[in-house]
Amino acid sequence: MKKLVSLLLAVAMVATLLVGCGNAQTTTTDANASADGQAVFKIGGIGPVTGAAAVYGNAVKNGAQIAVDEINAAGGINGVQVEYDFQDDECDAEKSVNAYNTLKDWGMQMLVGSTTSGCCVAVAAKSAEDNMFQVTPSGSSVDCINGNDNVYQVCFTDPNQGAASADYIADNAIASKVAVIYDSSDVYSSGIYEKFSAEATQKGLEIVAAEAFTADNKTDFTTQLQKAKDGGAELVFLPIYYTEATLILKQADTIGFDTKFFGCDGLDGILAVENFDVALAEDVMLLTPFAADATDDMTKNFVAKYTESYGETPNQFAADAYDAVYAIKAAAEKAGISADMSISDMCEALKGAITEISLDGLTGVGMTWNAEGEVNKDPKAVVIKNGAYVAM
Amino acid sequence: MSFWNYLINGLSLGSVYAIIALGYTMVYGIAKMLNFAHGDVIMVGGFVIYTIMNGAGLNPLLAVLISIVACTVLGVVIEKVAYKPLRKATPLAVLITAIGVSYLLQNVALLIFGSDAKLFTSVVNMTPISLADGQIVITGETQITIIACIIIMIALSLFIKKTKAGQAMLAVSEDKDAAELMGINVNGTISLTFAIGSGLAAVAGALLCSAYPTLTPYTGSMPGIKAFVAAVFGGIGSIPGAFIGGILLGIIENLSKAYISSQMADAIVFSVLIIVLLVKPTGLLGKKYSEKV
Repeated sequence: MKKLVSLLLAVAMVATLLVGCGNAQTTTTDANASADGQAVFKIGGIGPVTGAAAVYGNAVKNGAQIAVDEINAAGGINGVQVEYDFQDDECDAEKSVNAYNTLKDWGMQMLVGSTTSGCCVAVAAKSAEDNMFQVTPSGSSVDCINGNDNVYQVCFTDPNQGAASADYIADNAIASKVAVIYDSSDVYSSGIYEKFSAEATQKGLEIVAAEAFTADNKTDFTTQLQKAKDGGAELVFLPIYYTEATLILKQADTIGFDTKFFGCDGLDGILAVENFDVALAEDVMLLTPFAADATDDMTKNFVAKYTESYGETPNQFAADAYDAVYAIKAAAEKAGISADMSISDMCEALKGAITEISLDGLTGVGMTWNAEGEVNKDPKAVVIKNGAYVAM
Repeated sequence: MSFWNYLINGLSLGSVYAIIALGYTMVYGIAKMLNFAHGDVIMVGGFVIYTIMNGAGLNPLLAVLISIVACTVLGVVIEKVAYKPLRKATPLAVLITAIGVSYLLQNVALLIFGSDAKLFTSVVNMTPISLADGQIVITGETQITIIACIIIMIALSLFIKKTKAGQAMLAVSEDKDAAELMGINVNGTISLTFAIGSGLAAVAGALLCSAYPTLTPYTGSMPGIKAFVAAVFGGIGSIPGAFIGGILLGIIENLSKAYISSQMADAIVFSVLIIVLLVKPTGLLGKKYSEKV
């Protein structure tokens, strides 16, 4: 097995070398020109459009497509039309790297992807080698951007979700005494909790109970809830996945603990749980960058186009991808890049420009990026009303 | 006031552990084997009830009865297929087989029902008791669990003391070969033990899933291990021991969650076990048998 892997790696290395040579020769002739000889920008996308995470990949593919179509209809980037190609990675890191290589052969100059964190980490390592400009809509792991100065995120990193949640609760005066119930055996949950706790203290929130559970002991939350109740918590923060959250909501109801609940993107999906009484989730708030029922023109326009083209309501992944394409456009216009630049020169120009732009997108107003690749935007929260997510 | 709430929660959890531990301890006492698949029979019981209630829309009580029958049959079949051929083998071989059966049940459930958690509709429909102006709430599930646990404990003790089949169990547990010489059907007795143990597992499954309404193929494994600990704690092989062990374990777990650390609760529970075993190696009510050479 090891032998096979090293052989594959060797083949991949040689192939990359050859691809590199091929591109160097053809850069100025056909790599960045459309079929009719006009210069174009080529943006690639990667995500799972088949397999278990297909919902995410399809959303990214379609969301980015809508943005590209809009940009082309409005005259393109710096007057140059955009071509867009999306490759499937089945949510598999190795296939994601293959997809990246396929897109490079096609002549990709900028990448929107990968959609999932694991794939994005693998692809980011390759794109960093090539110095290819990459914006991931939804790869939330800090490893996607750590050490890769060519990669930028549209979504919050996992720890930043914690900080953003604390800010949101404090700034909107939702509560002053909070309790947290988190999974200490899960990196996502404990990562959010640690950052939340630090930020909450700074913002003057009082954490009256910080209760943990582990993967081995995640069905009985009555004791944790009782402690939160005794501590006088006005809000319980749940940086956990929706399965445990359904139990917590039910048990809180049983012990007569009437409080507010606030979660992160892990709670997205709670309404789809079979047999769950959605009335229990009434008024639960969650930090998610996008609510399809928001009434601003941009969201209304996007949702209408998406529903018309793909027959379903877009989720946050579609919105993230849409913003990713517009982030590239804004940076490209700021940097004044042209289609005949080499991939590396283009990346250098865009790297400088993206930290200077401020983008009003679907998932945030006035989004800015730092040199590490993290996004800075106001967190948006939605609240569950009558079994549906409603913008707050 | 909160203390009483913690105590009642602990009592409720402990009663579930106790019912599971009774099954463990019976099988160990009579067949001298650790049936690690016991926890997974609980899960099967849960899924049977879930399927019947959501698929066929039957009455919860009927669903529980069907589940008891299904688990009893399953327990006997497991015993006949997996354990009986190994009756003369080393205890280690039987133990490994039991672990194998446990994984088999989990994976079959995974294949049929998938890995996503199902929300279980409670089979208990009772009004909660409110004490001290609603500061202490005893849910219907808790009431039923505690009552069921006490009834089962008393019924089992009477069954073993007063009936012929129970006496046969005692005899088999003391000396298999001598019991056979006295004309006792040893295989039949062991099958009966498995049948009763698995039937109890179905009851435990119904109560466990009603109190903590989630169901996955792994639902039974952790409570199964905790109940095993409870059985050892109380003295494995002893029926009152399993009862006391289960209740104490539930209370210790909940109080340490409440007053020490919610993260460390499991570690504390297992530390208590180690300390008890150091002081009293046979458990709280365990009998000491001297090995005859």
